[in-house]
Amino acid sequence: MAKQSVLIPAFVFAGIVVLLWFGFQLSDPHLLPSQKLNDPVPDFELPSLTAVGETLNAADLTGEISLLNVWATWCPSCIAEHGELTRIFETTGLRIIGVNYNDDSDAARAWLKRWGDPYAFHIVDEDGTLAIDLGVYGAPETFVVDAGGIIRYRHVGVVTQKVFEETFAPLIQNLKDAS
Amino acid sequence: MRGRWVLAGCLFWVLSAPSLGAIEAQAFPDETIKARYYDLIATLRCPQCLNTNLAGSDAMIAQNLRATVLRLLVEGKSDAEVEQFMFERYGDFILYEPRWTAKTWLLWLGPLGLALVGLSVWWSMGASSRKARHGLSESDRANLKQLMDR
Repeated sequence: MAKQSVLIPAFVFAGIVVLLWFGFQLSDPHLLPSQKLNDPVPDFELPSLTAVGETLNAADLTGEISLLNVWATWCPSCIAEHGELTRIFETTGLRIIGVNYNDDSDAARAWLKRWGDPYAFHIVDEDGTLAIDLGVYGAPETFVVDAGGIIRYRHVGVVTQKVFEETFAPLIQNLKDAS
Repeated sequence: MRGRWVLAGCLFWVLSAPSLGAIEAQAFPDETIKARYYDLIATLRCPQCLNTNLAGSDAMIAQNLRATVLRLLVEGKSDAEVEQFMFERYGDFILYEPRWTAKTWLLWLGPLGLALVGLSVWWSMGASSRKARHGLSESDRANLKQLMDR
């Protein structure tokens, strides 16, 4: 009996080690898992930022693989990301669609004039309704949408060249191979 | 003198901090919706912040979600439907009381399990000390008698 009680602290210690070992390996708690993976892009009816007067809907996102990028002028990291999005468009020709999130449209158009516009078109999401339907909680966020309009991947934060080459590019290649 | 003003300014700033959260004025159609709105934003978590509810956060997403909660309530949705709406978009994270799923059962039962382990350790230690106090075996008694008689 005495022997057994000596072992109890050892078991407790081993338990804490296992718990912490797995606990510290959990991903960043700021990154929420996407609820919308493998679901179609939620339906919407919102104006276009650049083609004033036109409305866009979920059907405009189908037809080819696209990156759906949530951005805003109030988001400093979006400027940092902009260079990479431009590079992606210039080197791969991938269609990039913007969601201008909780923003002022005039300011957004001025922003695009200043930094360039590699996007195919932009959806004006002034009240953040589309963003909420997508489960977005900040900017930038980027979704990979396949040709059928199904969400295949979601990235929270800046898409860097490393992220694009290590995560997006293989995924997009897979989607191309599958179709 | 100047120092006193700075101190007063600091105090004002610190003391007014708790009210900095939700400040926008909402137009409630009636008192019931107002009460339900405040209940809901207190029990939904802001997805941008790790431990603040929608009511207490000034993050843009929290403002949008508060407006969404009110819109859904005005549309006639029930509290459960509003929670479902949020769950479908933001998952377990947004609910301060996560649902029972394959992923969350450990969260719910873990503390109970730990309590049971603690109780059983406590009980077995108690049992062994009781045994040590009262339960001398025949050979122990013989040994003891031998020692005492020596």
